[in-house]
Amino acid sequence: MSASHSVLAKAQKKTRQKVKAKKNYQYIGLLYIAPWIIGLLIFQFYPFLSSLYYSFTDYNMVSTPKFIGLDNYKKIFTADPDFYQSLKVTGIYVLLAVPVKLAFALFIAMLLSAKLKGINFFRTVYYLPSILGGSVAISVLWRFLFMKEGVINNMLSYLHIGPVDWLGSPDIALYTLGLLTVWQFGSSMVLFLAGIQQIPGDLYEAGAIDGASKPRMFFKITVPLLTPIVLFNLVMQMVNAFQEFTGAFVITNGGPMKSTFLYALKLYEEAFSFFKMGYASALSWILFIIIMAVTAVIFKTSNSWVYYEDGRG
Amino acid sequence: MRETSSKTNTMLNYSFLIVLGFIMVYPLIWLFASSFKTNADIFGSSKLLPTTYVWDSYALGWQGTGQYGFQDFFINTLILVVPTVIFTIISSVIVAYGFARFEFPLKTMLFSIMIATLMLPNASIMIPRYILFNKMNWLDTYLPFIIPAAFATGAFFVYMMIQFLRGLPRDLDEAATIDGCNSFTVLSRVLLPLCKPAIFSVGIFQFMWTWNDFFNSIIYISSVKKFTVSLGLRLSLDASSAVSWNQVLAMSVVSIVPCILLFFFAQKYFVEGISTTGLKG
Repeated sequence: MSASHSVLAKAQKKTRQKVKAKKNYQYIGLLYIAPWIIGLLIFQFYPFLSSLYYSFTDYNMVSTPKFIGLDNYKKIFTADPDFYQSLKVTGIYVLLAVPVKLAFALFIAMLLSAKLKGINFFRTVYYLPSILGGSVAISVLWRFLFMKEGVINNMLSYLHIGPVDWLGSPDIALYTLGLLTVWQFGSSMVLFLAGIQQIPGDLYEAGAIDGASKPRMFFKITVPLLTPIVLFNLVMQMVNAFQEFTGAFVITNGGPMKSTFLYALKLYEEAFSFFKMGYASALSWILFIIIMAVTAVIFKTSNSWVYYEDGRG
Repeated sequence: MRETSSKTNTMLNYSFLIVLGFIMVYPLIWLFASSFKTNADIFGSSKLLPTTYVWDSYALGWQGTGQYGFQDFFINTLILVVPTVIFTIISSVIVAYGFARFEFPLKTMLFSIMIATLMLPNASIMIPRYILFNKMNWLDTYLPFIIPAAFATGAFFVYMMIQFLRGLPRDLDEAATIDGCNSFTVLSRVLLPLCKPAIFSVGIFQFMWTWNDFFNSIIYISSVKKFTVSLGLRLSLDASSAVSWNQVLAMSVVSIVPCILLFFFAQKYFVEGISTTGLKG
């Protein structure tokens, strides 16, 4: 009786300790993250929600916002051909630029993972364009290189090609801009590189013993183990590509014939040229919903193609 | 036999890397070379080197065309960038310390929110932010850049720091606590010196991103007096239509020089640093 009693008491004591351990919060941690919480509420959460409210209003920054219900959305979907144009162009841009960029990043990462002397120098050189990528200077440079009488066409003329109107033709300009973003593959490349270096070498040794060819090992070992990084890069690059601005603004300013009028340019124009803040907020919410939907689809399908080492996938 | 094939492989790798790397960097080399060319040379010639050298493009471009020159734009950019970088570093270290080392209510949820903000499109908050800053009278100042940085709004940086701190053994903290450190002195005296590589990465990234930032500059800064290098460059692009393109190119070179210098000095932290600290787990 007493023995069983003491066992029970011990067990109770243990649970009590466990509960206590579980509740052993160090509230000071909250103090450390407090700046972030405040920043989140003021600079992210509040703007996020208030833009939903503004999207139901007519607001020009001078008068007070006037509630107009769904009018902005109605107008966007029924009476704004530029909306569909920018959506179409952005869609093409994302579908084009993101996969090419990731494929290129992976390819270069494979090259740079080789154990060669001076490889760090090459890594630096290949990362360089990404450092400068989004700057106005590079957009200026791009404008000059791809002008009709620019260097690229001059070089092509030696091969008896062209001249191609890289930036002046509505059929081509968008692809030229896509090229610019592929040039900035560095950040995806670095993550791939890190992933490749974490793949244990004995996997390849085993593959080599089994007589697997190099391409086969690439597709059966390297690619599957990199899929989590592919997923991360895919989502981040997709979110970025949907919001691409500087290149299209500085190089082509949306033209010719709105062929590079990306969604961010449309947003910029409505908000900061016309100060139609309500209308622009509605546009920004539509973009948000599109990005979230695409992200959700990517994550949903990722179960079937992302490989997790602990067998979750 | 095997050895020769691996040797050819190495050679092949090198030549590939060199050729492709050259193509990658060629536009930058062209930019530099062309800043010494005449207009006629810039257009209609594919030669890299100028046929006639123009030496004054840097001096003239630097002066600018209007009331303000690139000297002003550079100083402005530094006034904007330096506090932004410093506040980013301080706030992300402190917040990351909270996340990496303490247990508190809703921690998991808050952490998930922070990761989610990584993916929150800037486009969906920029308009209300602009309205908010307008109400606060922050438009046409650098506060929209500096103040949010002080509140750790760059989730990417916080995440980077958390990952790094997680890699430092907790025994250090415990030993320091036994020696009489409180949680803040543990951070400032013990962990901070060890965080140097991560702090460098955060600082360099933020420096370059803010330095090159165009979108936020163009929406928040309206008076030419306060223009950053990005805005000044675009101004000269608009102003000098059909005049001296070499000056525009020269200023493009000048505007990227700080980033290139910083990058080469810090590349050890960069490409190596983020590959080892940035994205484990």
